[in-house]
Amino acid sequence: MKTAVIVFPGSNCDQDMYYAIRDGLGEEVDYVWHAETSLDGYDAVMIPGGFSYGDYLRSGAIARFAGIMPAVVKAAGEGKPVLGVCNGFQILLEAGLLPGAMLKNRDLKFICDTVRLKVENNKTLFTSLYKKDEIIRIPIAHGEGNYFCDDKTLRSLNDHGQIIFTYDGENPNGSKANIAGIINRTGNVLGMMPHPERAADALLGNEDGLRLFQSILNHWRETAHAAYTS
Amino acid sequence: MKKVKVFITLKESVLDPQGQAVMQSLHNMDYKNVRDVRIGKYIELEMEDSAADIKEQVEALCDKLLANTVIENYRYEIGEEVRS
Repeated sequence: MKTAVIVFPGSNCDQDMYYAIRDGLGEEVDYVWHAETSLDGYDAVMIPGGFSYGDYLRSGAIARFAGIMPAVVKAAGEGKPVLGVCNGFQILLEAGLLPGAMLKNRDLKFICDTVRLKVENNKTLFTSLYKKDEIIRIPIAHGEGNYFCDDKTLRSLNDHGQIIFTYDGENPNGSKANIAGIINRTGNVLGMMPHPERAADALLGNEDGLRLFQSILNHWRETAHAAYTS
Repeated sequence: MKKVKVFITLKESVLDPQGQAVMQSLHNMDYKNVRDVRIGKYIELEMEDSAADIKEQVEALCDKLLANTVIENYRYEIGEEVRS
């Protein structure tokens, strides 16, 4: 599986993401600069956390118009796995690949912590190696992770099993319905505020995030790769 | 050249935690009659005259970039000629 990690000016979790895929998964991975215009040849796309373009205007608002974004939209349309973490989630929202928007955290503070997440839906290509309702521990680090959508959108997310992760216990940022991560209707674009790539190595004390990447790899082996080799 | 003033505010249905914190501070300062505070953004554009309809252009660039219409409303004023 060949993965692209998109790098914007101000991305700062790109190396963690790269490391999780190269060393955690043992798969091929490249950095792709935001000014590139093609993602042809890549099987999966990661949009990492950070502060793209300094979070000017709104987080993710300017990155959404970067040269690489039409290729990200194209990859999403082709059914390739697209994962946006933290600022990557904000960019996916601004790009309209996922519904809703981000507000400042309820308590106006930047929160850096490890939280408990509940796996609400394990029937996705990103979560197949987790158990439904499993509680995992994943780090968060954000000032604008207060997910907002209108009630109609929330009903639709619920009806279609698009809420993938919720905060278990205390909600750190005030997000609607305790949402920590959502997926698109077709199930190949996931946005989440917590950082699975920071929890993908036993040496760093937490491997709960690694199974997310392993789930993507399993999916690739069962689908695209199988079709390619047969 | 025209000066365009764009005012962006959070929708009524969206809680504004910044505004709430500022209101609390105003109450602590004894301005008890302040009933609500909503914080928004003010953006000034200077736009050269072009063949395109300026209202359509301003609305398009607000919808696409300056405002996120999931959570924000905007209004704008197109001002007098600016001498460059």
